[in-house]
Amino acid sequence: MAVAFSARGLAKRYGKIRALGGVDVTVEEGELVGLLGPNGAGKSTLVKIGCGLVRASSGRAEVCGAPAGSHEARAVMGYLAELFRFPGWYSADELLGLHQRLAGSSGGEDERAELLDLVGLTEARTRRVDEMSKGMQQRLGIAQALVGTPRMLFLDEPTSALDPAGRRTVRGLLEELRRRGVAVLLNSHLLSEIELVCDRVVILHRGEVVAAGRTAELAKPRGVEVDVDGGTRHYEGAGRDDAPQIVSELVASGESVYGVRVLTSTLEEIYLEAVEGETS
Amino acid sequence: MAVIAGYAIRESVRRRVFPIVICLTAGFLGLYALGVWKAFQATEPFRREEIGTGIFIDQQVLFSATLFGLGMFATLFLGTVLAIFLSHGVVRGDAERGLLQPLVVRPVGRTALLAGRFGAAVAVCVVYVALVYGAELFIMHAVTGWWPDRVVVPLGELAGAVVVLVALSLVGSVFLSAVANGIAVFMIFGAGLVAGLLGQIGEALNSGSLKTIASVSSWALPFEALYQDGLNAITADTVGFTRAALSLGPFGGAQAAGSALFPYVLGYLAVLAGAALLGFTRRDL
Repeated sequence: MAVAFSARGLAKRYGKIRALGGVDVTVEEGELVGLLGPNGAGKSTLVKIGCGLVRASSGRAEVCGAPAGSHEARAVMGYLAELFRFPGWYSADELLGLHQRLAGSSGGEDERAELLDLVGLTEARTRRVDEMSKGMQQRLGIAQALVGTPRMLFLDEPTSALDPAGRRTVRGLLEELRRRGVAVLLNSHLLSEIELVCDRVVILHRGEVVAAGRTAELAKPRGVEVDVDGGTRHYEGAGRDDAPQIVSELVASGESVYGVRVLTSTLEEIYLEAVEGETS
Repeated sequence: MAVIAGYAIRESVRRRVFPIVICLTAGFLGLYALGVWKAFQATEPFRREEIGTGIFIDQQVLFSATLFGLGMFATLFLGTVLAIFLSHGVVRGDAERGLLQPLVVRPVGRTALLAGRFGAAVAVCVVYVALVYGAELFIMHAVTGWWPDRVVVPLGELAGAVVVLVALSLVGSVFLSAVANGIAVFMIFGAGLVAGLLGQIGEALNSGSLKTIASVSSWALPFEALYQDGLNAITADTVGFTRAALSLGPFGGAQAAGSALFPYVLGYLAVLAGAALLGFTRRDL
């Protein structure tokens, strides 16, 4: 599968502060990768380097094979910033029209209507930005990022201002984007969001990648639980491969087995272990 | 670039910049017309005053040129206010508010964005300066019947002065926050005017030091040199004691710039453009 975004040895210093210290990250086409880490871990810096907003101190970042920040890279990517603002006097439709012109998109009214529909803002097509709630503006921001059918999408905290229904809409949207083959690098503090939609996670801590891979690969065994007549028995240290043996022995000893659960660490546990419990 | 320029002009329209500017400018022009009319009435009995045996000062030229010079100063001031407010927060100000990032990541790029914002601010300011200058010219001629010796050159130089100030403001916006930049450009504008007045005083007193200060300031801040040269051009053909009397006043335009000014201003703008582009392309957003 082709690589949509790659970072190799990416480092960034802001004066004496090291934001990134030689990071390697890859996002393949059609893949959703979640970027996790405590505040100040370097997540937004990584995303901004990918978008060309921030210059790397060393290392290399590419978007669909073009150097990050180049005209070619900007032509195939979309971006929603963590802290963004749109001019309040624009209507949703006018704002998307502006970004179509800036992106050189020929999608016209059909594209605008489709994007507003995707983020659930069809009814707000003519509403001015300054008359929208923060959540509506965030959904409009996602629609804006999708103008011009990008192949690589950088989303920096796209659900921070959304209510549960809005988050569900965005989850559905991300799944739709995966079906369309769009690669997404999703920076979010919401572990449940990442766990539900992302194919892989990358955990950053103090500017370094401290864990990366599929959630199932990163999970550690936490034992096996078996429901029997007398209640639930916990087999500490046992894993998935041990489950048939445990069940056979219980049945052989005359126990009735009602359920078996292989326990693994949750993404939250993986995350907290990776960042040594740091929260900010 | 045209998209960005259109975006910037639309921003001004939607923020109701133009209705406010038009209303306040109309008020200024009304006051200016009243002032010119009253001054003309007061000076009409002495149209050609003899200040010595056979020595005359043409009061019509003296008063008309002085009042028109005052109008040019006001035009430059108003144009500068407009220039600063249209450009002082274009880069850092908009970036701090989160308005810039969604635009910069588009293929249009940083150079076109800066050029578009510059083009929009210049277009608005030049049209504004031309309209106000034209209105002042009309008022002056309607009341006094006087025409400046040059009409187009002073207008071009006033417009050029405002273009230089737009460029300074745009460069400042790359490195300074919006408020700091606005204050800085206004202070630079004030410093330029003070240097020009020092030069006028230096001419009157024949003070080499003051003239040197004015000259150095004019090279460092060529909007002042353009303005002074424009003032000089409105009485370019006036000679004798009327010329001497004009030169002693604050709007006499005693300091003609010479032919090096225009290539110098072009070079100055090119350096500012280079500094702005270099700073902007290297700036982390």
